[in-house]
Amino acid sequence: MYADMVTARHYEERLQEEYLEGKQPAFDISAGPIPGELHLAAGHEASGAGVCQHLRDDDTVTAPHRPHHVAIAKGVDLKRMTAEIFGREIGLGKGKGGHMHLFDPEVKFACSGIIAEGCPPAAGAAMAAKKRNTDSVAVAFLGEGAIDQGAFLESLNLAAVHDLPVVFVIEDNDWAISMPKERVTDVQDGSQRAKGFDMPGVRVDSDDAVAVYEAAGEAIGRARDRNGPSVLELQVHRRMGHFMGDPETYRSDEDQDAAQARDSIERLAETLRGHGVDDATIDSLREAAHDRVEEAIEWAKEQPQPEPEAAHEDVWVNPPSGVTDTEPEYDLAGGDD
Amino acid sequence: MSKQSQRVERDLTMSRGMVEAIAHEMRENDEVFYMGEDVADYGGIFDSTQGLLDEFGYDRIMDVPISETAYLGAAVGAAQEGMRPIAELMFVDFFGVAMDQIYNQMAKNTYMSGGNVSVPMVLTAAVGGTYNDAAQHSQTLYGTFAHVPGIKVVVPSTAYDAKGLMHNAIRDDDPVLYMFHKRLMGIGWMPAPDGPKTPVPEEDYTIPFGSADVKREGEDVTIVTLGLHVHRALEAAEQLADDGVDAEVVDLRSLVPLDTDTIVGSVEKTGRLVVVDEDYRSFGVTGEIVATVADESLAALDAVERVAVPDVPIPYARPLEQEVIPDVDDIAAAVERTQ
Ligand SMILES: Cc1ncc(C[n+]2csc(CCOP(=O)(O)OP(=O)(O)O)c2C)c(N)n1
Repeated sequence: MYADMVTARHYEERLQEEYLEGKQPAFDISAGPIPGELHLAAGHEASGAGVCQHLRDDDTVTAPHRPHHVAIAKGVDLKRMTAEIFGREIGLGKGKGGHMHLFDPEVKFACSGIIAEGCPPAAGAAMAAKKRNTDSVAVAFLGEGAIDQGAFLESLNLAAVHDLPVVFVIEDNDWAISMPKERVTDVQDGSQRAKGFDMPGVRVDSDDAVAVYEAAGEAIGRARDRNGPSVLELQVHRRMGHFMGDPETYRSDEDQDAAQARDSIERLAETLRGHGVDDATIDSLREAAHDRVEEAIEWAKEQPQPEPEAAHEDVWVNPPSGVTDTEPEYDLAGGDD
Repeated sequence: MSKQSQRVERDLTMSRGMVEAIAHEMRENDEVFYMGEDVADYGGIFDSTQGLLDEFGYDRIMDVPISETAYLGAAVGAAQEGMRPIAELMFVDFFGVAMDQIYNQMAKNTYMSGGNVSVPMVLTAAVGGTYNDAAQHSQTLYGTFAHVPGIKVVVPSTAYDAKGLMHNAIRDDDPVLYMFHKRLMGIGWMPAPDGPKTPVPEEDYTIPFGSADVKREGEDVTIVTLGLHVHRALEAAEQLADDGVDAEVVDLRSLVPLDTDTIVGSVEKTGRLVVVDEDYRSFGVTGEIVATVADESLAALDAVERVAVPDVPIPYARPLEQEVIPDVDDIAAAVERTQ
């Protein structure tokens, strides 16, 4: 868990640096090696790591627009994910998806930039598992700002009536872009919504990765044992702006300071020390994570850009006649993991 | 604002032009209000409501939960009560989560009530790519909405047009979809071309829907387009002028209603038609314009070219996105093919 968390944190720090390259002094979103929006998840690490610890490659995860920490914890190929974010031909989506749309079918990971829209497909993956009588499960991650969306509430109901092996994980970072939680809901505890659908809803009120791990273990175990769906709400925090370049003028300094003070990674390191893990071990985990991140980023940056003509491929798996073939002409081998 | 106010002409960005019209209408009419995600404290992700919160407060510049079905539908309901809501869909790409409220309720209630119910609302939405945000955040989708009867569809390309069209949109008794291109708004983090920043009168004025604007006169070929691509077409026209081709650039400004007369008149003069659209090619604006001209004046057509996104989702990586979104060279090349 600690390794996943420090990998995610360092990954985001490095992406931030890369992203800002070419965008200085005046921030231009379309300039630099990583264009487009970039949503970093610093402060969310305990959620991805604590939940995904319980998952296998054959369990499905859907993530929202802030996906990197979950992808890393789920075991998405880090090199090809990075290549995707840099828009390279060998990226997970051949440079077509970018950071909000990462797909790694090897470990059944997908994400979408449309709020709450990962919930119905997660229910569908759970439906497939149930029909095929396997013991795999599905987990949908979404933000606390997303739980007012119909797709979430409709999925809860569908999952409940069909007893689907799915867990809905709400990452509560108190903010939905500029909207503080209290301005968009009167119910502070989002996990309570589960009650309306007659399923368990649990909230972990701290950035404590161990508590997340335990609560997630119960929820996922319940799904795996075919005892039905549940909701797990995790308090995380947002250390940065909503997206890179967000001036955060709507947010008070105190709120930002409070977020910085609640560091789940430091907290887990303390816990580890308390259990007799020495600093050398913790440092070596962190250093190994940093090396892995550096390697992925350096590798990704060396990869070629896609040929412009490739834009016309992959609209279909089975293109109607007269439409360009989708067969890649290049060798996709070369990722890690 | 009184009609006598001085005609000081200042250059405004497109977002300032829009906001000025909204502020004016809100001052004049207490029933006008604005709803959307991040429209209050943030001022709109694309500056579409910048500064309005200070003057009008949270009751009239309303941040809403991420629940497009609920708040776009609520705008329909409030409009049916006679209020004049403006509801913002942050990116047009998100329409799917609320499409029923848009195309079954907002668009059709007037007709199904035999004209007894009106829905005087404005739906604003950011459109367009050119900044590598991939397929769920870069669409233009002009054709999708223009295809549904009952929605007026407006697309400004300059600050002057943005203001006049917004005044008209808020005063219109029918639902108006006001689609603004992110790249034209004049936001710091997405530099605009020079064109959209124009002089804008301080007083209110309207630009009637269905009045296309000839942004450049020419004799040899008619380029029909809208939004960002007006500026790309103008740039292409300047390049072509050096090669002795004199292009006329027609800015549609609204798709519904469509100013057929201006388009046909121009093609009858030039004999050649190039339609440029940032939306998907098939079943879209380019096909519609060509068919309209063919219907009205087939004999005038000596040559036709369509320039649009080649029916692929907008890809993320820069070389891929540049491949599919028409640029100045694509437009110039299409014009040359007609000569
Ligand atoms: C349907 C839809 N509406 C609006 C948006 C724009 N949007 C992207 S992220 C976001 C806020 C999400 O907040 P939350 O779910 O709390 O997640 P967080 O960003 O805090 O991790 C919004 C409004 C979107 N992507 N999709």
